[in-house]
Amino acid sequence: MSVTSLDSDLDSLTVTLIADFDAPAERVWELWADPRQLERWWGPPTHPATVEEHDLSDGGKVTYFMTGPEGERYRGWWQVTSAEPPKSLEVTDGFADDDGVPNADMPTTDMRMELSDHEGGTRMTLRSRFGSKEQMEELTAMGMLEGLREAVGQMDALLR
Amino acid sequence: MDPALDDLFRALADPTRRDILRRSVRTEPSVSRLAEAYPMSFAAVQKHVAVLQRAGLVTKERRGREQIVRTDPGALQHARHALDELEALWRGRVDRMSDLLAQDPGSEATPPTGEHQR
Repeated sequence: MSVTSLDSDLDSLTVTLIADFDAPAERVWELWADPRQLERWWGPPTHPATVEEHDLSDGGKVTYFMTGPEGERYRGWWQVTSAEPPKSLEVTDGFADDDGVPNADMPTTDMRMELSDHEGGTRMTLRSRFGSKEQMEELTAMGMLEGLREAVGQMDALLR
Repeated sequence: MDPALDDLFRALADPTRRDILRRSVRTEPSVSRLAEAYPMSFAAVQKHVAVLQRAGLVTKERRGREQIVRTDPGALQHARHALDELEALWRGRVDRMSDLLAQDPGSEATPPTGEHQR
């Protein structure tokens, strides 16, 4: 099973991804809560992730880097706002410089992940939005997928 | 995501700016022509155009007393490409999560081939 839907709301600047899994919520939670399992899906095959710090408690921190084909490293972090295993996880997701210091020039995303029972399996709902009201104007990586795609697609149509 | 891309997305996040882009694809309106189309001041429209210009989405050219706005198709393609990559990243993540779950002993997931590969 994979992504069921991917929508974004341009006005509230959120994007919502829904995916259904054929496994209990406790098991899906482990994919986030066990750093060795997180490493196996967070980075694409070309850029595998290595998780360094991993503390999924309220106020905890996760730091990781992804390694590219040429050995280049991209560092990122999560600041955990709240964690309620195996139901929900809320983090701020950002980039860091080579020394692991959070990069203030790069946008951050607030990400809320929820797991619920769904037809004998688990539904994962992932909602991403801007880190703060001040950042509402700042689009982030996950921010706009479908809405922007639609906007850009409409413009593409005009170009033909 | 590189900062230039962030500028691009920020510029696209506003409905008025998206509308300005659409209008400036086919025709080449002046800033004052655009300003007539929206219930806002000339200065406000000019500000929107400036954001689009900074993001590389439009170019502005002085023609006599007018400032002509033109959409840059290359920048739009750049944005679309970036979005495709981001969507692929998340679809890939969910696929990998599914694959990991399918490897669990006792999982009911069926391999695509219908046979177990060892």
